[in-house]
Amino acid sequence: MTDVPPVGTATSVVARLLREKKEHIAQLWADQPLFQAVFTVTRDEAVEAGRAVLEALAQVAESGRVDDIAAPGFAMIRQQLAAMSTSRTRSGLSIGQIDREVGALGAAPAEFLEDASGDTDERVRARLLWSELLATLRVVVIETALQENREIVERQRQQLLEMATPVVKLWDRLVAVPLIGMLDSARSQVVMENLLEAIVEHNATMAILDITGVPTVDSLVAQHLMKTVAAARLMGADCVISGIRPAIAQTMVQLGLDLGPVTTRATLADALELALERQSEQAKGIAPRH
Amino acid sequence: MSTDERATVSLPVRNDADLMTVRQRVRTLAQELGFGLVQQTKLVTAASELARNTLIHGGGGSVTVDAVSDAQGRDGLTLTFRDEGSGITDVDRALRDGYSTAGGLGMGLSGSKRLVHEFSVDTALGEGTTVSVTLWRGHASHGPR
Ligand SMILES: Nc1ncnc2c1ncn2[C@@H]1O[C@H](COP(=O)(O)OP(=O)(O)OP(=O)(O)O)[C@@H](O)[C@H]1O
Ligand SMILES: [Mg+2]
Repeated sequence: MTDVPPVGTATSVVARLLREKKEHIAQLWADQPLFQAVFTVTRDEAVEAGRAVLEALAQVAESGRVDDIAAPGFAMIRQQLAAMSTSRTRSGLSIGQIDREVGALGAAPAEFLEDASGDTDERVRARLLWSELLATLRVVVIETALQENREIVERQRQQLLEMATPVVKLWDRLVAVPLIGMLDSARSQVVMENLLEAIVEHNATMAILDITGVPTVDSLVAQHLMKTVAAARLMGADCVISGIRPAIAQTMVQLGLDLGPVTTRATLADALELALERQSEQAKGIAPRH
Repeated sequence: MSTDERATVSLPVRNDADLMTVRQRVRTLAQELGFGLVQQTKLVTAASELARNTLIHGGGGSVTVDAVSDAQGRDGLTLTFRDEGSGITDVDRALRDGYSTAGGLGMGLSGSKRLVHEFSVDTALGEGTTVSVTLWRGHASHGPR
């Protein structure tokens, strides 16, 4: 960095100290839980990680952007900080506890700054600057941890969406979807797509929608079910809805929901029986094609 | 009708995730109050309909859940849905089965009314809508069981 930092000496004092004492501080950090718990294989790994954080902080100090969480120096260690906070979260720590562990990293550099040469004024300013830098690092860690959480939640949401809507082939030309969880608009869209694909793939003439795992059937859910049934019919498959539990049946009647011409059965087993009966009737009725 | 309020829970109704929370909280509270499975299902379903109306037609709002009991010592839950949306132009029509201004089935409002014991709508054009419903526990004489 050739730019002259705006706060002059304090920034360069801090940057110089972080680099000069890098090895020493990294060794001290390696024994703190934040590093120790993450880099469990070898201690060298923890020390190496500490060096990287110190170099990043030195660069942020040099750039004069000690209060800026978007300072380029932080970008180099974001991934590493994320790994550290994730691992601490897995050990059961709250974000507040992780934050305190990051705060504890400030002690070692602060002591070195205390002992550094220079006049009192300069030392005080360097100490202040270091506090500010550490505070920014804490925000960066919290922010990274929250971002990580958001990504995990979003990933799980996507997984749930996929996972909760498998279409299984039950029999020749017969597919079934065991629905689990609330059938909101997003879910029912996925259900419909998966079902229609499966109908084409298995050349299905019948599909069973089992709603045993659906906790609430309100007018929107009913509407989604009927749309799905209508779409399946366009693809040449008749639908049977099974697994309407007694409490849900009573509620649907009182709410005024009527699944119209859709065939329903109490259980998946009943629906399967019906489907097989229909298949054998069709086989008798229509001249064998093979 | 409701004397002696004991617990109030207030929940936001701003997005789909809030609707899920409302359903879950209403179910838990009904269970805690000893509502049977059918009653739980009815109350949760009414809550789902009304909260969705608050969100879709009312532009979002909130719901409060109150544990109430009346002079005879019956326990019940009152759900109050509030929004500051456009209001309902014609409540009688909105309460007709199959009436929807939004391409829905139009069963939400009228159906919810049948699912509960007490039902009231307070609405003013341009000011918003408040729908309040109560279900008493194990009440068999009329209406839903
Ligand atoms: N909170 C509200 N604010 C404004 N208008 C409302 C509100 N609640 C209901 N309405 C009006 O009443 C109509 C009927 O409501 P209802 O819930 O019965 O049907 P819906 O919501 O249109 O369809 P769905 O059957 O999916 O619920 C709505 O279409 C809307 O015009
Ligand atoms: Mg509605």
